[in-house]
Amino acid sequence: MSTVMDVQAVYTLIDSLKSDGYEVVGPRLRDKALGYVAGTNGSDLPAGLGDDQSPGNYRTRDRGDGALFGFRSSPQSWRRWIFPPNAEVWSARRDNDSFVVDTSAPDSMKVAVIGARACDVAALTIQDKVFLDGQFQDPAYKARRENLLIVAVNCSLDADSNTCFCASMGTGPRVQAGHDIALTEIIEGDKHYFVADAQTDEGSRILEGISGAPAGTDEVAAADSAISNVADSMGRKVDADGLPELMNESYESPRWTVVGERCLSCTSCTMVCPTCFCTNIEDSGDLNGVATRTRSWDSCFTLRHSHIHGGAIRNTNKARYRQWAIHKMGTWQEQFGTSGCVGCGRCITWCPSGIDITEEVTAIREEA
Amino acid sequence: MTIATKQNLESIVGAPRPAKILSVDRNTDDVWTLRLEGQGAFGPGQFNMLYVLGVGEVPISISGSPGKTDELLHTVRGVGGVTNAITSLKAGQSVGVRGPFGTSWPMAAAKGRDVVIVTGGIGLAPLRPAIYHIIENRADYGKVSLLYGARTPKEMLYADEFDSWRETGDIEVLTTVDAAIGAWDGDVGVVTTLIPRASADISDAVAMICGPEVMTRFTVAGLAERNQSKDNIYVSLERNMKCGTAHCGHCQLGPKFVCKDGPVFKFTDVAHWFEKREV
Ligand SMILES: Cc1cc2nc3c(=O)[nH]c(=O)nc-3n(C[C@H](O)[C@H](O)[C@H](O)COP(=O)(O)OP(=O)(O)OC[C@H]3O[C@@H](n4cnc5c(N)ncnc54)[C@H](O)[C@@H]3O)c2cc1C
Ligand code: SF4
Ligand code: SF4
Ligand code: FES
Repeated sequence: MSTVMDVQAVYTLIDSLKSDGYEVVGPRLRDKALGYVAGTNGSDLPAGLGDDQSPGNYRTRDRGDGALFGFRSSPQSWRRWIFPPNAEVWSARRDNDSFVVDTSAPDSMKVAVIGARACDVAALTIQDKVFLDGQFQDPAYKARRENLLIVAVNCSLDADSNTCFCASMGTGPRVQAGHDIALTEIIEGDKHYFVADAQTDEGSRILEGISGAPAGTDEVAAADSAISNVADSMGRKVDADGLPELMNESYESPRWTVVGERCLSCTSCTMVCPTCFCTNIEDSGDLNGVATRTRSWDSCFTLRHSHIHGGAIRNTNKARYRQWAIHKMGTWQEQFGTSGCVGCGRCITWCPSGIDITEEVTAIREEA
Repeated sequence: MTIATKQNLESIVGAPRPAKILSVDRNTDDVWTLRLEGQGAFGPGQFNMLYVLGVGEVPISISGSPGKTDELLHTVRGVGGVTNAITSLKAGQSVGVRGPFGTSWPMAAAKGRDVVIVTGGIGLAPLRPAIYHIIENRADYGKVSLLYGARTPKEMLYADEFDSWRETGDIEVLTTVDAAIGAWDGDVGVVTTLIPRASADISDAVAMICGPEVMTRFTVAGLAERNQSKDNIYVSLERNMKCGTAHCGHCQLGPKFVCKDGPVFKFTDVAHWFEKREV
């Protein structure tokens, strides 16, 4: 059953998460962008701020409507709290002719993300398939994942979605699964309220402590139509029909040469993408015989990524862009039973050359 | 969210287990074989991640007999930071081990059939467990031909075992080198030139190939010329590997994770990607 909350109740929700022992991660204005930061209070939410995004371009702006969640895709998703960009995995020390490993206990910090977008929640469930559902499970990821609570916010405010295309990827603008609570923000004239739905027992427990009235049919209908409006007006699209097969047959397409000439192999797209899972492992040692292993986000756009003795496999920008695009839109399906792209649009916004994956996919389709 | 725990063996996903080095043998100028304490069962063609404290970790095939689980053999060519550190280790020291990982040569599918093994250089290391397995179960297989190429006679791996493979193993061992430096009166030329001379019936044999990608490509073509159906060809592939557990993404070849779906593949399962450049 849905409830209706006001702005003050959202602040109370954050306070109650904190008193339940959660580290609250939420959106905030920082470094001229609306991104996720830990230690969120109600007053940190970017009230009245929004953003404009286009290929290679990001700007914040005043919305003038006091919206708490009036932003589109953040520069990075909040996945770093589950899958950190850089983490020590274990350390080892010399012990005569052998060594002893010290594995630190998995992280037990409870994290609550407030203001999570549907695309990013979908991306998390995709990363779950990589780190939890395969033959081997990543214990550190599993520990963080079990301690995660998600308060998602459906996209309901901006009809022009700029670079996003979640509707065609089937991941949004309404959050689908994996969250604990979903909020829909509605601003109509001087009315400003949130329709809240709990998805899990923990979500219900938390919502019960927050003052709110049962939502009426008008409010539920307003929320539904605002979300549908965002979906229907989404400018960018990917025709996902038969996409894995199309991509898999596209290796020889001349389009990869064209886009390869624009691509700088800067790795931006892979650093902002919420589904990319590649990591580099680095082992280092000091003079006292103590060695550490660190794991950090890596990118298939680096030469090192495919290095084997005798040289790299993917030497050209063309080959690396092709690997990235075919992985996202194609081979991911065979590997994990899902697309590797949720349509968050970040790779478009943050590409210094303004390369637009939706345009590339369309070009490949037209050629085929 | 509560998540069911799956295979989460500390020594596989987590940190390496130190394994004592029992002995080290030099095979060639830059190749050494380490004999370690046994690790348990493995399939011919599988590999371990070997770790040297503070230096790094690399994928190395198991090169001993799958019938002997009380010892673990690894044959390593020193080519860079980690492999040079491995080959500098001495008996009594330890090396970190995680594994075994990956798929194996099709020893069951090859039963009752002729077998042709084509390999070059260090590529013989991951095939030696298959050769040992055949010798230990000789009645299960038909004619077996090993076609092996090295750059020079000095770089030929396990040359001291060839006679026993021929005599007690009833395996045809044909060798060739790229350059006949020193006392060599054998064949000179690439390994594919040996294909027409194999006594195994190539048109019906199970083929196992491991070597540099160019060698593999030419070998597949050479076998096809002798009416080998590509369905009978198995290849072991090499990619950069950081984890072995299908998490780091480095070893991808199209939709395949070479660490998990390979390194040994049925050729037709990877041909679509393997036959293209820079995939
Ligand atoms: C499944 C598999 C089995 C192998 N079996 C053997 C074997 O039995 N004997 C043997 O001598 N070699 C084997 N290799 C190759 C061996 O892993 C590389 O020679 C080794 O990784 C080189 O690391 P390095 O630090 O010494 O060299 P560098 O060139 O300094 O390498 C730097 C980094 O690049 C990566 N890298 C470089 N070359 C390779 C490579 N060929 N494959 C994967 N990653 C590489 C590694 O991540 C390494 O840490 C195997 C490779 C694979 C994938
Ligand atoms: S590929 Fe681009 S649009 Fe798709 S999920 Fe990654 S960053 Fe978002
Ligand atoms: S291979 Fe490239 S596109 Fe795929 S997960 Fe890794 S970095 Fe991302
Ligand atoms: S080696 Fe890391 S995914 Fe295969």
